[in-house]
Amino acid sequence: MADKIVLEIARYAPETDEKPSFQSFEVPFRKEWVVLDALNHIKDKLDGSLTYRWSCRMGVCGSCGMMVNGEPKLTCATFLSSYGNGAKVRVEPLRYFPVIRDLVTALSDFLVKLQSVKPWLIRKDEPPLSAGEFLQTPEQLDLYKQFSMCINCTLCYAACPVVGLEPSFVGPAALALAQRYNMDNRDQGAQERLGLLAHPEGIWGCTFVGECTRVCPKHVDPAGAIQQYKLKAALEWVKSFVLPRGHDEDSTEVRS
Amino acid sequence: MEIRSHDILLVGGGGAGLRAAIAAAEVNPKLSIAVVSKVYPMRSHTVSAEGGAAGVAKPDDSLDEHAYDTISGGDWMCDQDAVEAFVKDAPQELLRLERWGCPWNREPDGHIAVRAFGGMKKKRTWFAADKTGFHMLHTLFQTSLKYQPITRYDEWFVTKLLVDDGRVQGVVAIDVMSGKIQAITAKAVIVCTGGCGRIFPFTTNANIKNGDGMALVQRAGGPLKDMEFLQYHPTGLPFTGILITEAARAEGGYMLNKDGYRYLQDYNLGKPQATPVLRSMELGPRDRLSQAFVKEDQKGRTVATEYGSVVHLDLRHLGAKLINAKLPFVRELCMKYENIDPVKELIPVRPVVHYMMGGVSTDIHGATPLAGLFAAGEAACVSINGANRLGSNSLTECLVFGARAGQAAAEFAIGKEVPDRGVLAQATDEQNRLEQQYLRKTGGKERIATLRDEMQKAVESGAGIYREQATLTQAGNKLRELQERYANIGLDDHSQTFNTELTSALELGFMLDVAQSIVECALHRTESRGAHQRTDFPGRDDKRFLAHSLVRRDAHGALGVEYLPVKITRWPPGERVYGQEEKSKPGDTIKQAG
Repeated sequence: MADKIVLEIARYAPETDEKPSFQSFEVPFRKEWVVLDALNHIKDKLDGSLTYRWSCRMGVCGSCGMMVNGEPKLTCATFLSSYGNGAKVRVEPLRYFPVIRDLVTALSDFLVKLQSVKPWLIRKDEPPLSAGEFLQTPEQLDLYKQFSMCINCTLCYAACPVVGLEPSFVGPAALALAQRYNMDNRDQGAQERLGLLAHPEGIWGCTFVGECTRVCPKHVDPAGAIQQYKLKAALEWVKSFVLPRGHDEDSTEVRS
Repeated sequence: MEIRSHDILLVGGGGAGLRAAIAAAEVNPKLSIAVVSKVYPMRSHTVSAEGGAAGVAKPDDSLDEHAYDTISGGDWMCDQDAVEAFVKDAPQELLRLERWGCPWNREPDGHIAVRAFGGMKKKRTWFAADKTGFHMLHTLFQTSLKYQPITRYDEWFVTKLLVDDGRVQGVVAIDVMSGKIQAITAKAVIVCTGGCGRIFPFTTNANIKNGDGMALVQRAGGPLKDMEFLQYHPTGLPFTGILITEAARAEGGYMLNKDGYRYLQDYNLGKPQATPVLRSMELGPRDRLSQAFVKEDQKGRTVATEYGSVVHLDLRHLGAKLINAKLPFVRELCMKYENIDPVKELIPVRPVVHYMMGGVSTDIHGATPLAGLFAAGEAACVSINGANRLGSNSLTECLVFGARAGQAAAEFAIGKEVPDRGVLAQATDEQNRLEQQYLRKTGGKERIATLRDEMQKAVESGAGIYREQATLTQAGNKLRELQERYANIGLDDHSQTFNTELTSALELGFMLDVAQSIVECALHRTESRGAHQRTDFPGRDDKRFLAHSLVRRDAHGALGVEYLPVKITRWPPGERVYGQEEKSKPGDTIKQAG
């Protein structure tokens, strides 16, 4: 079969279907096409009811994550050519999320988890704007920069076996985001977040499988962030015995 | 029909919308604020912005210089009172984002770092590597989560503005997940829906950029301003249209033709130097660089590819270290999407539709001529960008005018009556329209993708980088035909749950309206200025056209264009000079503290 590829796509319409099934579509095999281009070809030319999310087509909006041949992928950055001419490619909604329709998953629970880690700069004092910027050296920026690159695509949730077993687990992206703020020298909320996350559904839920880091399209390394976080929590736990009262709430120094 | 009610309602949750929501919440925490967006806010297209955000930051710079660069860059079509407000608010807005945690790049001593950008005489572009929009959007989104008064309607698609008694009083929207059509009333509405690049076949814009807000406002009776001014960015990757940021040239990249020659020196943009010179050559303004490409192509000095002619962006001499530190996303995008490593290879680029200077007409507080309606960001036209926007002014614009619109809307809403339930009848009519025209209709013959492709071809050939009467007229005729055929559209998908074919059909309707406005304004402006170049009227004509186009749509869909004088405060129209010393710059002597 020359210059064709078959997409087996998970279809599910809650108004008519009891459970998901697969439908095959034959699409042109083009070297510059990504899986998302093939989906758009189907929607435009073959079946307007095919349902999926996409937007930027440059790997930064985080909308188009799906399972492609069993792996969580951004479909805008996954080339058909990586599967070969004449291949069959199976496209499914991201694993472990409730499916709304076809390839669209429910994100509301993820948003609740994201918000639960207080992902904003927490300050005890708020100097006036006229005082200028908080100082932050390039080295201080580097400490958290990697954890700030998360695009919320949720591929790491689809890869994480703990998420699969324990849906209340806060999960890799949200924990990495918490650590992004903890490691920011302008932030004073690490202690507050630790209180929120040092429990079995927080950082202690992670069994360090490392799949989250492997599938992350932005090299955020959530597994590394969670390990850092666990170490900090363990030290705090020890400190609570050594210094029962009034230990330093936050070790990061902030100048303005 | 269920009705929900808020004090302030944002349509759109990108940079401008989130900034406006926070600003409104800070005016009065008792206000109830709704952010209604067809995507989750962090998916908004602000996320794709790369290079940076302009605002005077260093002692060698001044507000007047930022204003002058912006005004001359805009070919004197900017309203100068708006530009003065913009440059004044810009530094504090960027600083506020720093206080909210935005990871701006830093100097070794910990202060904010700034970089050069096209058309800017001083380094004043704040940046977070080359993912500035991404970091700004996520910082704003994450910060917005701590404001209790903000209620989000994620994945709700607005189909209509409710207008009653001369006042905008809310919206009708589809909850995409359930398919329910609902009215959400509000005392003030702010439109922050971004641009409309998807009208064109080759664009940097995300799939969601369909001019929704522009069409909604025009259908509600509000005017759109300066819609003929559409920016082509000179460096898009072929086929995908992915943007290679201007920062690549600001860091020292060269533009080369097929002979490896820095061709911009032939287009009155200065002499080539080894290192970047501000307001010169590769750091000229975008309109001039995109126009130079067309001329170079006509001379046969570009490289033919399967996806149109290209020139080359050369970063090889910058080295891996600088590219990794300052342009990591450029490298990632080239490697992932073109299989090219810019450290070792030339990047093929061509001009690509990028930004709409025009939009919903507003004053410097974001207020539109319709009571209760405000707009900000790319959807709006406050007139700081004139006939050509300078790179890195638009992210700042989202912050400055998002904040201004949020405050103005909050002040407008305080003390206003809860909207009249009379708008309910309109909402029911809208529900009926959506069901009859799309969901329950059978026998429609036209496919969305067919009409969309024909629209894109028509506007590209008629209203591209260079335009003329004949091609514009042809495009206008084609768009009228497409509007008629649009009435005969047929959907495969008639279900309620997450019906993206329905939303695509509605987006096509918005785009057709906006495309007609672009062509109509371009036809009427018989001069050349900035990004609007008429081959049949090659010169700038300040006598007739130092004026904004206002385009309105009547009840029958007919468009009318009228003109509004440009506001000049301190910088009388002059010549745009790049790559050489200017004779004199009015206003240059008045320095203000940065």
